[in-house]
Amino acid sequence: MTDNPNPTAKASGRIGPPFWLLAELTYRCPLQCPYCSNPLDFDNTRQELTTDEWVRVLRQGREMGAAQLGFSGGEPLVRQDLAELIAEARHLGYYSNLITSGLGLTEAKVQSFQNAGLDHIQVSFQASDPELNNAVAGSRKAFEQKLAMARAVKDAGYPMVLNFVIHRHNIHQMNDIIELCDRLDADYVELATCQYYGWAFKNREGLMPSREQLVKAEAEVNACRERLAAAGSLMKLIFVTPDYYEERPKACMNGWGSLFLTVAPDGTALPCHSARLLPIDFPNVRESGLSSIWYDSAGFNYYRGDSWMPEPCRSCDEKGKDFGGCRCQAYLLTGNADNADPVCSKSPHHDRILAARRAADHATTGLEDLTYRNPENSRLFFRG
Amino acid sequence: METAETKGIPRLRVGFRFQWEPAQNAYVLLYPEGMVRLNESAGAVLSEVDGERSVADIVQNLERRFPEAGPLTVDVLDFLRDARQQSWIDIR
Ligand code: SF4
Ligand code: SF4
Repeated sequence: MTDNPNPTAKASGRIGPPFWLLAELTYRCPLQCPYCSNPLDFDNTRQELTTDEWVRVLRQGREMGAAQLGFSGGEPLVRQDLAELIAEARHLGYYSNLITSGLGLTEAKVQSFQNAGLDHIQVSFQASDPELNNAVAGSRKAFEQKLAMARAVKDAGYPMVLNFVIHRHNIHQMNDIIELCDRLDADYVELATCQYYGWAFKNREGLMPSREQLVKAEAEVNACRERLAAAGSLMKLIFVTPDYYEERPKACMNGWGSLFLTVAPDGTALPCHSARLLPIDFPNVRESGLSSIWYDSAGFNYYRGDSWMPEPCRSCDEKGKDFGGCRCQAYLLTGNADNADPVCSKSPHHDRILAARRAADHATTGLEDLTYRNPENSRLFFRG
Repeated sequence: METAETKGIPRLRVGFRFQWEPAQNAYVLLYPEGMVRLNESAGAVLSEVDGERSVADIVQNLERRFPEAGPLTVDVLDFLRDARQQSWIDIR
């Protein structure tokens, strides 16, 4: 009884409206995750958008037809106007999602967000073991606080949605992680191996699991699923494996400028949250309206359609399925964002992926060797 | 005719929001990170689901709203069963 919600514009050559608006409210964050997807030079960004500027962006997005709104960062909780922005989002008819580390959250805040009309909260964890969790997040109090907040979210009547970032130093803990989630009575659990952008790309050697680790983890997750189902648990487990072990790339963002619109803390509008690293001039919501940014700007039209594709994508019969993969990954691994995503086995640069897999078999990088995401380290990535 | 099934009271599950979406020119169901665009009959049924009305009430209202459609019990029950399977609603 349903129709396809988002017929992609591509098929008809017409550009549809953005469906998802991701509001990256700030790059400030009390944690220092070495896999953070924020840009390496995040500390070099201009002033954050003001409350009024965000309200304007939300209105314009909703007028265009955006229905899903994500509040993320950095840590969105450091913005004092978060409840106000949530209320505006609700008033406009968005379905609003808060993506938080839980640090800085209190029961009173959960309550005030709920009163303001927040629809959904996701709390992210670093691992199930407090020591490791804290080592990875670069903060000691973090773990207890997250547990308490996961409970508070559930007590407020929200589904408990937990996200665990998985990498080579915690991938052996699947059983423990899932057991912890079960104890907390979580509803949805996403076990997501990190994707290699931003800080995670910088730290890839020290984060990427080996194939052997991955196979073992998958078996563990499957066994847990069976055990949970047998015990009558309704918890949903999603295991996201790294595309570095695939032979075909993901259909990144469902196609460039097709459904997603990210607004970075300084107002830069992006087709995805990592696109900032590309050598493309992206528009800013301080200078143009969202509609002209989406439909008319050079940045958003850069990789729409497929006329920009070089071989092997140009003559490939799968280009309508994956759009040639991820532009950021192509840029990071080949130096040219036009190229096929090297994850694809047809890519002439696929050897870079194979090399990363080999490196993962032998990596000895410890947690202490990773570059942690903090302003000090960020300053190493820009002159100033 | 009252049956156990028509006495049930459907309501949207936590986390689901039903609303009219001007850009889609349709009723939609919004849920974490997604949206379903509903066709006209699905939209009409869900617009009657308020967590208070029973299935029988809903059928009665719809039959009043759409007299040309004839008896609707079977269609409504089919849809609600389907909606429950998709975990959009539960029925008390
Ligand atoms: S990934 Fe970690 S450091 Fe980066 S914004 Fe999220 S919580 Fe902060
Ligand atoms: S060659 Fe390009 S379009 Fe074809 S499968 Fe590989 S990435 Fe996708």
